[in-house]
Amino acid sequence: MTTEPYLAPGLAAPRPARDGLDEPYWTGTREHRLRVQRCRDCDTYQWGPEWMCHNCQSFAIGWVEVDGRGRIYSWQRPHHPVHPALSDQGPYIVVLVELPEAGDIRMVGNLLGDPLQEVRIGAEVEAVFEDHDDDEPPYTLVQWQLVSPPA
Amino acid sequence: MSEHTIRGRVAVVGVGETTYYRRGESPDPEFVLVLKAVLNACEDAGIDSRTIDGFCSYSNDRNMPARLANALGLPELRYSVMQWGSGGGGAAAAIGNAAAAVTAGYADCVVAYRGLAQGQYGRFGSGARTNAVSGPPAFTVPYGVMSPAQIYAMRTTRLYHDHDISPDTLKAVAMAAYHHAQRNPRAVMQGRPLDAETYDQARWITEPFRLYDCCLENDGAAAVIVMSADRARDVTDLPVYPLSIQQGGPHRSGATVHNEPDYVTSSFKTTAPRLYAQAGVGPGDVDVVQSYENFTGAVVMSLIEHGLCTYESANEVLTFDNLIAPDGGLPLNTSGGNLAECYMHGLGLQIEAIRQIRGTSTNQVPGASVALANAGPMVEVASTALYGTEEALG
Repeated sequence: MTTEPYLAPGLAAPRPARDGLDEPYWTGTREHRLRVQRCRDCDTYQWGPEWMCHNCQSFAIGWVEVDGRGRIYSWQRPHHPVHPALSDQGPYIVVLVELPEAGDIRMVGNLLGDPLQEVRIGAEVEAVFEDHDDDEPPYTLVQWQLVSPPA
Repeated sequence: MSEHTIRGRVAVVGVGETTYYRRGESPDPEFVLVLKAVLNACEDAGIDSRTIDGFCSYSNDRNMPARLANALGLPELRYSVMQWGSGGGGAAAAIGNAAAAVTAGYADCVVAYRGLAQGQYGRFGSGARTNAVSGPPAFTVPYGVMSPAQIYAMRTTRLYHDHDISPDTLKAVAMAAYHHAQRNPRAVMQGRPLDAETYDQARWITEPFRLYDCCLENDGAAAVIVMSADRARDVTDLPVYPLSIQQGGPHRSGATVHNEPDYVTSSFKTTAPRLYAQAGVGPGDVDVVQSYENFTGAVVMSLIEHGLCTYESANEVLTFDNLIAPDGGLPLNTSGGNLAECYMHGLGLQIEAIRQIRGTSTNQVPGASVALANAGPMVEVASTALYGTEEALG
């Protein structure tokens, strides 16, 4: 699934780290795949990316695709525009989403839909891809939408 | 007494602050502010500034010890230490590093300091104006998570959820700080009292934080001088003894993209027990508390993690009447703190704890003999200190 950009244009664009650590993630989102780190030796999931498994200290960190189902662990609704690009944005919702299928690692994104909606911790969400094809280089963000929108 | 301790071995002999200015309003460059704070601390201690032989700071302070020593014409620089870690998490730790140096004999007279001139260098509360981000910020900034308030707000959301903490606790913390600032002539918010209605009607910065839940941003500088306990008794009638100063973070507090395993924490669950153990006192012995407010929600977590209330009692303990000096049961942030005195990255809170032990606060808690001052809640490496009178050393 894809979505139009949630926030107004002009925020800093993400770029893969120069050391290559998170390149599989950013390559994956361009293909509309959500990839996260998983240790090849002990199967521990890990996020954000690091060169070593925090559980067994193995350098054999792999990347696996997950199906992008999660639940809201926490959230906030920023109102104050901290960047000129957001001066006409109005309130928006940031969610911290945990992925039960991937060791409860957490990801940050926006919750699609009404920016003034009630947000419920524990609500089920799914990943949606937000393409920025016209940027140079192009990139794709991962956003979240409720699996069962409120009636 | 343990062999490995600063307790009883070192004392704070002097504290110094510049005028505290609103952000961007300092007439002096940042480096001059730091020099003035250091000289004010020397005057307070009654020592010649050329006695200084070491400097400690934190948060990548821009005013380097070698330049300070050069400007001051110090005979020798023997100790020059920067505390790693972001934000104000190093405010207590910088004093702890000074105390460690004196205890170990690396230096004899060490200054912990911090200077901020945001007109000169830019502010914290706005997002960086870059075209691209990489590394951990690439996973947050494009979603509009840039400012410290935005980075830390979701811990408080989850605190409410997990522990049924009332938002009224945040309001009480803010109102107590503003109440104390009204009697403090150093406070930039003196003359600007905060009532409950004003708090409630203030705009959201990011839910769950309103305007008054967020620290100020200011210009100024502050300094704290540490010497050996023996020498301290020769130079001042008001030595204040650090009973214990601890720094650190719990398991994987440095995890990125909000993946700290224990998310709902001020980062003091491991340091507070060590703090009390080395100090030889418990939470019940603490007479007055300076708890770093980057955001009020963090103060609630910090007080709980320091054993000053519990998750279950927080809603009853953290009320305005109970948090104000001199009569409240848990006098909190008696200078006005980062919310209403000045945001000197928490060094002002350390100085206020020292003042309470001296008996010279503008909101003095009568007979205070043990004061707690923590620093940088929620950051990867936070720090926390206990100060006491000579009697508190036992």
